[in-house]
Order: sequence, then C-alpha cells, then structure tokens
Amino acid sequence: MTLDWQAFTPWTALAGGLLIGLSAVLLVLGAGRIAGIAGIVGGALQALLSPGAGLASTIKAQAMRLVFIAGLLVSPWLWQLVAPLPAAEQVSGSLGLIVAGLLVGVGVRMGNGCTSGHGVCGLSRGSFRSLVNVVSFMGAGFVTVFVLRHVL
Amino acid sequence: MSLFISALSGLVFGLGLILSGMANPAKVSGFLDLAGAWDPSLALVMGGAVGVGLIGFALAKRRRSAWNGDAIDLPTSTVIDRRLLIGGLLFGAGWGIGGYCPGPALVSAGSGSSAGLLFVGAMLAGMALHDRLFARR
Repeated sequence: MTLDWQAFTPWTALAGGLLIGLSAVLLVLGAGRIAGIAGIVGGALQALLSPGAGLASTIKAQAMRLVFIAGLLVSPWLWQLVAPLPAAEQVSGSLGLIVAGLLVGVGVRMGNGCTSGHGVCGLSRGSFRSLVNVVSFMGAGFVTVFVLRHVL
Repeated sequence: MSLFISALSGLVFGLGLILSGMANPAKVSGFLDLAGAWDPSLALVMGGAVGVGLIGFALAKRRRSAWNGDAIDLPTSTVIDRRLLIGGLLFGAGWGIGGYCPGPALVSAGSGSSAGLLFVGAMLAGMALHDRLFARR
C-alpha cells in the first residue's frame, strides 16, 4: 500500500464529516429520527408503490422524509450560489452504474441501512448490529475495487 | 417545526457530502483501493461524523422526547442475521463498482448529473425489486 498524498484532502474531509454528523444529530435531537438515507428513501418509495400495505407511516412521517430528500437534492444548488461544485469523476460507464445502483438498492433494503444509517448513526449509537453491516459493506467495497482495478 | 428540521438536516447532510468528497466517485474509489495509491480522506469523513454523532446520540439517549415533541425513535433491533450480512455485501459491491452510496447519489442527481440520475433510477428499482422479491414475509 502506498499513500496518495496528492489526492489526500484531510481538512475538507474532516469538515464535511463534521457537517454530516451535525445533520444526523440535528435530526435525532430535533425530530427524533435516524438520518439513514436508505431508510428514508426506502420508506418513501414503499409508501409510494404500495400505499396502505401494512405500512405504519403517517402523513407527517412521509412529509418529513420528502423534505429531507428535497434538502439533499437542493444542496448542490445552494452550494453553487457560493462556489462551483467540486469536480465529480465517474469510475464506471452506464452499464456499471445500472448494475451498481441495483446492487446498492437491493443491498441497503436487505441490510436495513447504508453508510449513513448503519455507518454514521449506528456506530454513533454503539450498535453492534450496525458495526457488522459496516464491516461487511466496507469489506465488500475493498474487495470489489481490488478485483476491478488489479485483477480484471 | 418537524418539517423545517428535516429539510435543514437534509440540506446540511448534502453540503457535508459535497464538501467531504463523498459525492465524487473517483474519491470513493481511491479510498476503497487499498492495493493501489490509497487516499485515506474518507476515513476522516467517517471519523468526523461519528465523533459528532457520539456526543449527539449520547444526549439523545438521555432525553425522552425531541425538540419537536416527538418521541426519540432509536432502532431497537440487535439481530445479526444473513440478511444483514448479505445486504451489506451487496451494497458494498455496488458502492465499489459505481462509487456511489445512496446519499451522494441523490446529491449528484440533484445537481443534474446524468450518472447520478442513472444510478438513482437503478437504486430505486433495486429497492422496489427487493421489496417485491426478498422482503421478509
């Protein structure tokens, strides 16, 4: 392993992480909810596709999910009022993105969370269940990139 | 109040994802590439977020209700099963291939990125597929 010092951005990474943590804390202390993107999006989608199918979700809970998602979607536009968006470089083509999206969609529903729900919120709560999920998705991420970049 | 807090939380979350580099798939890939030239930045993203989270969730556990009056709804499940593990593995594989996890994908889609939109479309299809085929009955 060699460190890529040119790509290393410790300060923006740390500052961004602090903002993400603040957002999760704001949601739990302010509204009593877990800031898990997979759970919020999945819950909204489930209610949309099968309304009333045993989903104990009030209109208020649904509205809270939708405005949270709206906040995420609007964030790049707010950012652009102040500074240009940082460059985003893709690592896969269209087919790769579709396969990746499907895997992520199935995986986060099956495992009940993603980087935010199990990662940020779960680890902060000291949940062993979340730690197990984090270790499995991090491990799979490391192995997948190893195979894609160094084996294939 | 509830809606304002939720919207603000989503907004701050998104800004954090952009600032941290999580919304750049190449940055995520650089972090996951242990065998290549490794970019450790994302470890600091998680470290910073969990650092703040540890304090916040410790406070949340001691409170009975949130500022908006709702009960603080913390997950209660401690089940470690095949679904938790396989779900994590599938998610991690997709994260490695595309460089997107759900939050950054939504932020990218919000900015109008065609890659972000394509990924989010596939992700929603994957979620719906799961609920149709693999949901616990």
